[in-house]
Amino acid sequence: MAGVAPRGRLKVFLGYAAGVGKTYQMLTEAQDLHAHGVDVVIAYFEPHGRQETIAMTDGLESVPRRAMDYRGSTFEEMDTDAVLRRRPHVAVVDEFPHTNVPGSARAKRYEDVHLLLEAGIDVLTTMNVQHLESLNDQIWQSTGVRVRETIPDWVLKQADEVVMVDLTPRALLNRLERGVVYSPERATAALQNFFKEPTLVALRELAMRQTAYAAETRQQDETRQAARTDMAVRADERLLLMIDPSPASAALIRRGRRVADYLQAECLAVYVSRTADLSDLTPDERDSVERQLNFARGLRIESRILDGEDIAQTLVAFARLHDVTQIFVTRRTEGRMAALLKRGLVQRIVGLAHDMQVTIVADRSRRQTTRA
Amino acid sequence: MPADELDRTGRRSPEALLKHVQAAERAASRGTLKVFLGYTSGVGKSFRMFDEARRRHERGQDVVVAAAQPTMPPDVAEIVSALESIPARVTDGIPVIDTDAVLARRPQLCVVDGLAYDNPPGSSRAKRYLDVEVLLHAGIGVLASLNLEYIEEQHEFVRGVTGTAPAEGVPQAFIDGADEVVIVDAPPEAATSAHAQQLSLLRQRALLLTADVVDRQLEAFLEMHGVRQTWGTQERIAVCMTPRANATAMLASGRRNADRFHGELFAICVNQPNPTPEDKSALARNVTLARAQQAHVDILEGKDPIGAILEYARTNGITQLFVGHNLRKGWRTRLTGSLLDRLIDEAEGLDVRVFPH
Repeated sequence: MAGVAPRGRLKVFLGYAAGVGKTYQMLTEAQDLHAHGVDVVIAYFEPHGRQETIAMTDGLESVPRRAMDYRGSTFEEMDTDAVLRRRPHVAVVDEFPHTNVPGSARAKRYEDVHLLLEAGIDVLTTMNVQHLESLNDQIWQSTGVRVRETIPDWVLKQADEVVMVDLTPRALLNRLERGVVYSPERATAALQNFFKEPTLVALRELAMRQTAYAAETRQQDETRQAARTDMAVRADERLLLMIDPSPASAALIRRGRRVADYLQAECLAVYVSRTADLSDLTPDERDSVERQLNFARGLRIESRILDGEDIAQTLVAFARLHDVTQIFVTRRTEGRMAALLKRGLVQRIVGLAHDMQVTIVADRSRRQTTRA
Repeated sequence: MPADELDRTGRRSPEALLKHVQAAERAASRGTLKVFLGYTSGVGKSFRMFDEARRRHERGQDVVVAAAQPTMPPDVAEIVSALESIPARVTDGIPVIDTDAVLARRPQLCVVDGLAYDNPPGSSRAKRYLDVEVLLHAGIGVLASLNLEYIEEQHEFVRGVTGTAPAEGVPQAFIDGADEVVIVDAPPEAATSAHAQQLSLLRQRALLLTADVVDRQLEAFLEMHGVRQTWGTQERIAVCMTPRANATAMLASGRRNADRFHGELFAICVNQPNPTPEDKSALARNVTLARAQQAHVDILEGKDPIGAILEYARTNGITQLFVGHNLRKGWRTRLTGSLLDRLIDEAEGLDVRVFPH
């Protein structure tokens, strides 16, 4: 057959914690497809010693993993090349947000999955909602856990289907106590950290809202396609994120991305410098700004550096030129002097941007738990 | 916590406290209700429910099936046949749970497939969920299944999507009162794209509805344990209305944002000391506008307006605060300016969005 295979379909089984049954449900579907004569292989499966789940792999072909040596230890990763050579109709790939061991061809498993999809292979995969990049600060605030393996929101958005795998927190805690999820010593540790009932309830709610959101955006895309409107939808809002060297900027970027997605707004990010070469910054600050801009680009936010003597004026002029409707700034700067300067800057921006909204974003990089 | 349970300083009213004590007493002797909610038939609710009943039975719980569907897929039928049943009695072709027999048998757990049946005239209770209520009251745990379309408050929505809605229904409050609600989610399998659209809408609604139930349970849990924390699982936008602020634009934007996030909209104003007649009428106008946008409206008292706003925001889990910025010259500008600064300085954990005027 001539031409390129159409892109494979991506289906994500979304949960909110280990042990809710994501992998089990994914394998149930794989078994179902296999029974209907579809060519399914397991490209990567994490057994976690769970017998019921392991039993679900019976009769399914597995592509052997690839062993990788790193700092004297051996790690096993999905053998993407072998899966591509095997060319199944459907590949089962557990743990979508996984970070590959250094030295792998690609840094992230979702990049490997991308290759499979490009080759026309359908992929079934699993993830928990807390791995979504734009929720990272919120998860940190409510759980005290900084999730390291994240997935940019646009990656999940490319899924053709997102299915919520639900189990009530009480049932999950029962499973944990019965030793179904983890070994006893790991279970005890887990119960003290992530597996507290309110935490689980909150994560579960986030997973439900995320699944509904995925269904909604998917449906809107399909409606648009059905109407054959090839033109990009003109966003009625445009957000401009003002980055600074402080760590709060990462939280600003994540929040801005999330708000822009929900409002279906376009999103830009800038750092405004007094000098074009950033020479007014210390080397550390310069690194930090570069990191923030790259982080924003990774989330598909167009980012650039502006220069101008008057920072507020430069920012607002740029915003006006680009039809920005809302400017996002961080709240706090470390140090009294810097804080006063920052307050003055925010005041100036609010005063100058008399035709736009200015949002002072909560510092979600800080934790705040108070007891009444 | 719903705003109407708070007094004006944001504290819980005695009535609310009493309600909680009563709820706790009820919970001690009452059976637990777990609802398996689906957005359409065929997503596997019954299987999930009976599978749980089977596992609980294997772990030694005393389980009885009080209602099963007349026709079942083979995998469901297999589980049901392995469990003890007290068959529903059929009157006028309608299956009615044999509540008396279940009460006499007194299992730990009772399974009811299909919660939304109307009982025939002459039955002790008009609706099946009222029979379930009797079982719960007697301390028997219940697993029950339900489709979105059978929730009374969803009839209008469902009719809007599919063109029809069932005559039978269970009130939302019954679902809210469940100890656990599980969403049984499966992607829509539809023959036509129009049908797929309908199913997708029902699915979104079922997910969001369950998320709301979960959100209320989270609040109740945190409240019971005295934890005050903004989890931000649901966006809650509060528009601060001052007599002179352009509330129309802020409320319209607040509504639109709340809708996009499937969140909630609040509108608050702080009663200023010695308001002028103009202030009073402006305020009344704003309150009317806010009600028209279906916001929860609250009037706060206090000499310290910023403090009152922030306390309200914390108590109600507000994630975004919309405020106006008055650019007019004069003492009011200076006052507004400094109030705004304080608000921004102290609004920890909140996004503050300043609107131009």
